[in-house]
Order: sequence, then structure tokens, then C-alpha cells
Amino acid sequence: MVGTGGNGLARPSCTMLNNLSDTSSAFPVKLSLVSASLFLGLFFFLPLILVFGVSLASRGLYGGITWIATWENYQRVFDPLVGVIFFRSLFLAGLTTFICAVVGFPLAYCLARASRHWQLILLTLVMIPFWTNFLVRTYAWVLILRADGILNSLLIRLGLLDEPLSLLFTDLSVFVGLVYGYLPFMVLPLVVAIERISPQLEDAAFDLYASMGGMFRHVLLPLSIPGFLAGGVLVFIPSLGAFITPYLLGGGQNMMLGTFIQQEFLVARDWPFGSALSFGLMGTVLLLWFLLGRTSVEKDPS
Amino acid sequence: MNESVVLDKVIKTHGLVRAVDHVSLAIQSGEFFSILGPSGSGKTTILRLIAGLDRPDQGDIVIQQRVVTLDPPHKRPVNMVFQHYALFPHLSVFENVAFGLQMKGERQANIQKAVSHMLALVRLQGKEKRLPGQLSGGEQQRVALARALVNRPVVLLLDEPLAALDQQLRQEMQGELKRLQREVKATFICVTHQQDEALMLSDRIAVMQGGKLLQVGTPQEIYDHPVSSTVAQFIGLSNVLSGTIASYEGGLCRVEHEVLSPVMVMGSPHDTLQGAVTVVVRPERVHVSADMSVKGYDNMLQAIVHQVAFSGNEVVYHVRLRDEAIWMARVPIAEAQSSPLAVGQPVYVQWWAQEGMVLPAHPAPC
Amino acid sequence: MKRMPTSFIVMSLLVMLFLYLPVVILIGLSFNASTMGVAWKGFTFQWYEKLAMDQAILEATVNSVVIALVSTGLALILGVGTAIGLETRQETQRSWVNMILVLPLVIPEILLGVALLMVFVLCQVHLGFGTIIIGHMVFNLPLTIVIVRARLRKLDPAWEDAARDLGATSWDVLTRITLPLLRPAIWGAGLLGFTVSLDDFVVTFFVAGPGSTTLPLKVFSMIRTGMTPEINALSAVMVVVSMLCVGLSWFLQQRSTPASAESSYL
Repeated sequence: MVGTGGNGLARPSCTMLNNLSDTSSAFPVKLSLVSASLFLGLFFFLPLILVFGVSLASRGLYGGITWIATWENYQRVFDPLVGVIFFRSLFLAGLTTFICAVVGFPLAYCLARASRHWQLILLTLVMIPFWTNFLVRTYAWVLILRADGILNSLLIRLGLLDEPLSLLFTDLSVFVGLVYGYLPFMVLPLVVAIERISPQLEDAAFDLYASMGGMFRHVLLPLSIPGFLAGGVLVFIPSLGAFITPYLLGGGQNMMLGTFIQQEFLVARDWPFGSALSFGLMGTVLLLWFLLGRTSVEKDPS
Repeated sequence: MNESVVLDKVIKTHGLVRAVDHVSLAIQSGEFFSILGPSGSGKTTILRLIAGLDRPDQGDIVIQQRVVTLDPPHKRPVNMVFQHYALFPHLSVFENVAFGLQMKGERQANIQKAVSHMLALVRLQGKEKRLPGQLSGGEQQRVALARALVNRPVVLLLDEPLAALDQQLRQEMQGELKRLQREVKATFICVTHQQDEALMLSDRIAVMQGGKLLQVGTPQEIYDHPVSSTVAQFIGLSNVLSGTIASYEGGLCRVEHEVLSPVMVMGSPHDTLQGAVTVVVRPERVHVSADMSVKGYDNMLQAIVHQVAFSGNEVVYHVRLRDEAIWMARVPIAEAQSSPLAVGQPVYVQWWAQEGMVLPAHPAPC
Repeated sequence: MKRMPTSFIVMSLLVMLFLYLPVVILIGLSFNASTMGVAWKGFTFQWYEKLAMDQAILEATVNSVVIALVSTGLALILGVGTAIGLETRQETQRSWVNMILVLPLVIPEILLGVALLMVFVLCQVHLGFGTIIIGHMVFNLPLTIVIVRARLRKLDPAWEDAARDLGATSWDVLTRITLPLLRPAIWGAGLLGFTVSLDDFVVTFFVAGPGSTTLPLKVFSMIRTGMTPEINALSAVMVVVSMLCVGLSWFLQQRSTPASAESSYL
């Protein structure tokens, strides 16, 4: 920020002076801004770029990296075995997103339209699992779903089953775990979106002869689309890259991208191929995230 | 009398908008000065420039014969009452009022004394330990006043000081502001968009629009002799008629209109006016009656009663002229009751030549 | 209050049940005397007693707490200043800055894990406490910045103007107005960051070295080697501690600002 030279006799640039009196110019503020940027650059953005670099290298004889450029790692993605894992990940993540939207909407609506007092309580209740130990919460489902788990024992005791069902280590158990893990990601943005819809619009719809169902279909759902979009991305992204859920609930056979990447890195020690997989996942994530960002930035300049 | 604040050809641009455009202004010491204008007219920017919260792109600001254009806020003998008070929510009433003195590094004993004295002056004794959130709107307003005045500023800046208060409290606080000014003997510069507030409180008023000053003068001057129809319409209700000057006849000028019959207006200071003009007549100077016979007014237009509005002690008739323009006439309730007019009734609108004002249609900035 | 469709209320209750039942079951089973299976064999504290005696678990607990404290502390020191510094940037840039800032929180953790692992290995950094702390800061720092920024946005800029008008320098404004008003958000961010760090498994899993086992890593290896009732007890403790911390953090953030779903996730 430099003053325009022409008339700068005794008067320094005014914008410069204005900024000098802001809190943002206090020295500690500047120092932390610079160091935080450096830190994230060094340990977040640089590593992600490195992933791309390594994905173009070849695997060494004993698992290391040989710096010979190749597209081979990306070609292997078309291997049917890899394709199955890709397809399963996309399918499960998509299904999870859809079900979260269906199941989450009623709760989000109740939350958005509850009295201040109830809203605070309910929001807290939805928010707590959002940040609570994911590993342990997923482990709880192992206790419920395994052959001698809670669900099977209950069904047998009620006489509905003779033999325990094998529920654990199926696509179904992974799906349940994903919905359980990421449902709050859908509910919270939906609450925000619904809160922004004036309740008067609902009354206006009723006044114009809409039934409850008609009001939802023609007023509430269309206006909640920003919430569905944000929630959808927030559920789809972690579902696609989930590791704990498919590892604990899917077992060795029902691999998803996350478990596959982990295996390539830690078991097969094929870093270049693991990096190619990671970069594919990362590309999808970044694309979705910035698409969502663009729509929300355009819609809401604040 | 000496000048307390002088603005000399000040320009301030926000992005592409020129918020303050070549404003020059001299405010006398001890004056209650109001800046009146619609929102976005640049009046708040002028306060911020005087306070030092913004710096002008060009021009100078002088406070008490000292150029302060580049001084930061804490080097200026000026304090401000913010629009929504901006009381620090985490500090008690006492701590809020003491803030400025603490920043100056005053001794604790002095701070204690000055704050107590100031809180007594604004009648807030006993509320020292409250947080701003626990006060009513009027009390918050008085804390904001105390917080600024305790620093003994030469100039107190008030940004829409009464806007957040309800009608009754507002009237009470108007009296309170006048009283405080007498006691602390500072210059008060007040920004408002309420013309009645400005007329009632001020020694002088500046009318602003689009970053430019339109007129500066006492309330009486501005009400009786607005320099343009914009000012006239902004200060008080006005009936307006656009026409062209046809001739001057013995101190009166004759204005012709496309549709309506010509009107006579007393030749104003703008005797040199030619061509397109605007005639302004205040609603309380207009007479409306069913018959035309009364006192031989200079002007008479035919109209139809469009709407009748009662407001306590008077009746406001809205009448439609033959060119579809709506005029208003304020009539005392007793007079209106003695000869009531009904909606749809044809009437005559009449007034004396000296009660109209003729103004240039496109005013030059002052 | 508005009348709500009954079906919605029923659905909401079911969803809440779905969210909390597994945790309740987990805690219940941790008091079950049975060594195998889920059949109820009486109430016992013995698994908790066993936990308290287990040297490896105690060590992992200390490791976890130290890592969480250090990474959260560093994240707070850098994050609060960064949030303040970013806040005065241009309005239009704001949402883009947010998009990029939240990225480390949105990106699947496994990507962060493998990317950091490669950097550390290629730069021949010794895997251990240091690398775990760096890994945790990668998400703790944006978390702090985002929470503090959310609060900062609700502060009236007129407060800063008022302080300057009353003679405050930019240092005074920072220490007497901005920071005190941010205090609840700073505590909230700290507690949340502490919890997230304490709970983190995936990133830790990739960047941990020998001798730096944290509690989640310990739980994971216990699950892998075989189900014992001890895991239930340990898991129950962890889940309760983290829920308490999160609840408290939420309370601190809400106390000074009215309830809003917005501040809870971004």
C-alpha cells in the first residue's frame, strides 16, 4: 500500500494511515497471521501437492519411491478390482447422503421451528455426537451388530430368529455406520437453511389453500435447497473417504477407498499407487467443495 | 465568537461513492449544530472525519484553530455518541464511562470523582455496577452521553442520538440534551434525519444531500427561505408546483403552468430568476374552501378533495389539482368542523402571494 | 410456537434415539460382569478397576493429554491472532478465505494422514510426539480460527471506533475490547480443539511412531487383537469425557451469542 506519488507533499496516503489504527495491524496479530499461513502452507497445502507429485512416480523395488515419471498409477484405477472398490465407495457415499437428507429433514425442521429454549437443547444434542470420538462411537455398532451382539440376541430372545444373522462386515453395516456418523453434518446446515425461511411463508402458503404436503413440496423443500446442497457435500465427502467405518464395520472384504488407500500405504507399501488413489479422492473433494462454495458465495455475498 | 470546528473543502470517497463532496463548514464554539439529510447523504461520514475515525481524501479539518486532519482520534479534543451507543458490553456502566479517562492515564482518584459527577449529571447514580445489557434504551443513551462528556471534549459529536428511542422518550431526551449542553458548554454537532428534531434542538442546521451541503442557516432561515425545493421539501411538508416565469409585476412575479391557471408569488431574493422555477407553499398557509368568495386571495386553483386525515388538533386535507398533483392543507380542527368538506367535493385552493416561495428548479450548490 | 406435524416429531425422536442409543448401550455394557458376549451377568466395576491398573493405558492417557494440550495451546496462540487479522480484510474475500480455511476440516482425514506421513518420511523427520502435534495442529488451527471468526463477526465494529474515539491505541483496543469480548469463544475453541485432538484417530494413526501411542490408537489395537470388556470401559470413559468437553465448549460459545446453528459447524 503506497500513496499515489503525485500530490504526496506532506500528506502520506490516507488508506495507509487508516489501516495503521486498526487492531489488525497490532504486531502480534501480524505475527500470528504470517506464522499461521506458513504453518498451513507447509503442513497442509505442500503435503497435498506432494501427493500429486508422488502419484506420478514409480514404485521402487522394495516399496520406496523411484522418481521416474509415469501415468501407470492412474491407469491401474481401471483395473476391475480397483473399479469395484471405487464403485462401492461412490454408491455407499451417495446412498448415505440421500438417506441422511431424508431422515435429517424432519429433525432439522423441528429444530429450526422450535422455541428458543428447545432449540438450544436440541441443537446441543445433535451437535455433541458431531464432535465426539468417532472411533468409539463406531465401535459401539460392532457391539450391536456382531453375531453375538445386542441386536441378534434381542431378535432371538423375542423368537423372531433362530440363527443369528450375519450383520457385521456387510455393505449394510458400513452403510448404517456411515449414516450414523455423518447424519449431524446434514442436519446442521439444514437447520440454518430452514431458519432463514420466514414462517410467514408457510402461513402464506396455507392461506393460499396449500395442504401441509403441498406447502412442504412447493415452499419449504425448494427453499431448503441451499441446506441440502451444503449438507449433501458435508456428508458425501467424509463418507467417500471414510476409513474407520469400513475398517471396523466392513472388514477385509468390503473395502472402500479409505481402507484401500491405507492398505496401499501401510500394507502393500505402494506409495505411488496409494498417492494416485488419494489424489483421485482429493480431486473429487476439492471439486465438490469449490462448486458448493461458488454457489453459496454467489447467493450470499455476506 | 470563535470557530470551534472548520471543514475546508473536504472530500471523502468510499469506494466509488463520494460520501463527502467539497464540504466547507464553520461551526461556532458553543453552538448546537445539526446536520440534516436523508440516509446515505454523507452526514455520518462528516462526524467520523471530525472524530478522526476516517481521514479525508482532500481538504483540512481544523478544531480550535489547530489543523487536525492527520491526527488520530486520541489526539483530538472530540468525543462521539454512536448511533447505537456502542457501549462495551463486557464493561459495567462505571467502567464504560471511565474508559476514556483510563486511556488518558488519569489518576484513579480523579477518575472516580469525574465519573461519579458525570453519572449524577445524567441521573444514573446507583447504576454504576450494571452491564449495558441490563439498562433500558434511555439509560443506555445517557451512559453513552456520560462516556463521551466525562472527557470534557471541546466538541461532542452525536450520531442519530435519539433514533433508537420511542416517541415519548425522544422528547424527554431532547430537553435533556439542551440541558446538558448548557451545563458542559461544549459545541454539539448532531447528525439526524428527523427534521422536527433538528428544528427544535439546533442553533443552526446544515442540510445535506448526496455528499453536498445544500444550505446552512438557522432553523427559521431554512424553513422560511429554503434555497431550493429539495431543501424546502426536506424541511417541513411542502406543496410544489413547477412552472415558468412569465413576467415581474410590481414586486410580484407571475408563474405560468401548462395546465393550471397562473399564480403570483412575492419576488424573493432570487429576483433575477428566469425560466423554469418551482413554487412552494407550506400546507398551513393554504386555504381550502367550498366557495371562492372569501378574502380575495392572490391565488386560486380548483381542486377536488381526495382524502381527509384527522390528527388531533388539526385536519389535513389532501386535494387533487387539475394536473393530478396532490396538495395538502392543514386546517385547525375548529375551523374544519364549522365548514366540513367531504371526499370528492370540488374545492378552491387559495393563498396570498407573499406566502408562496419561488425557487430555481435546478438549484446550484451553495 | 408453531404447530408441527406429528410425523416429524416422531421421526425426530427416532433420529435422536439412533444417535444416542449406541452410546448408551456401550456405557451399559461396560458395567456388565460377563466376560464374553452381551448377555447381562450382573453389575460390576471391575473393568474400570482393571483399566486404572493398566500401565500401558495410563501411559497412553498421559500421551494423549500432553499432545492435546500442546497442539491446542499452539493453535490458540496462532489462531486467535490470525482470526483478528483476517477479519478486517475485504468483505468479498471473506467467504473465499473461509472456504480455504475450512478445507483442512472438510478433507477426508485419511488424505491428511497419508500426505503428512509422506512429507515426514521423505524429509526424514522422526515420527513421534512432534509429528502428531503438527498433524493435530493442521485441523486445530483452522478450527480455532473459524470459531473465533464466527464470534468476531458478531462484534459491533462501532465498539472499536468508540474505543479509539475515547483515546485507545490499537494495542488498547486489542487487549481491552477485542480480546475480552472474544474470551468465551477462545475458551470454547480451546475446549473443542482439545477434545478433537484427544479423540483423533486417523491422522495420529499415520504419523505416530513407536513410544507415542495415544488412547485412540490403544483402543484401536485392543479392538484388533480381540474384544474384551475392558475396551467397553475405556470407550465409555472416552465418550463421556469428550461429550462433557464438547457440551461445555458449546455452552461457552452460546452464552455470549444467541443460539444459532450456523456457529456450530462452520
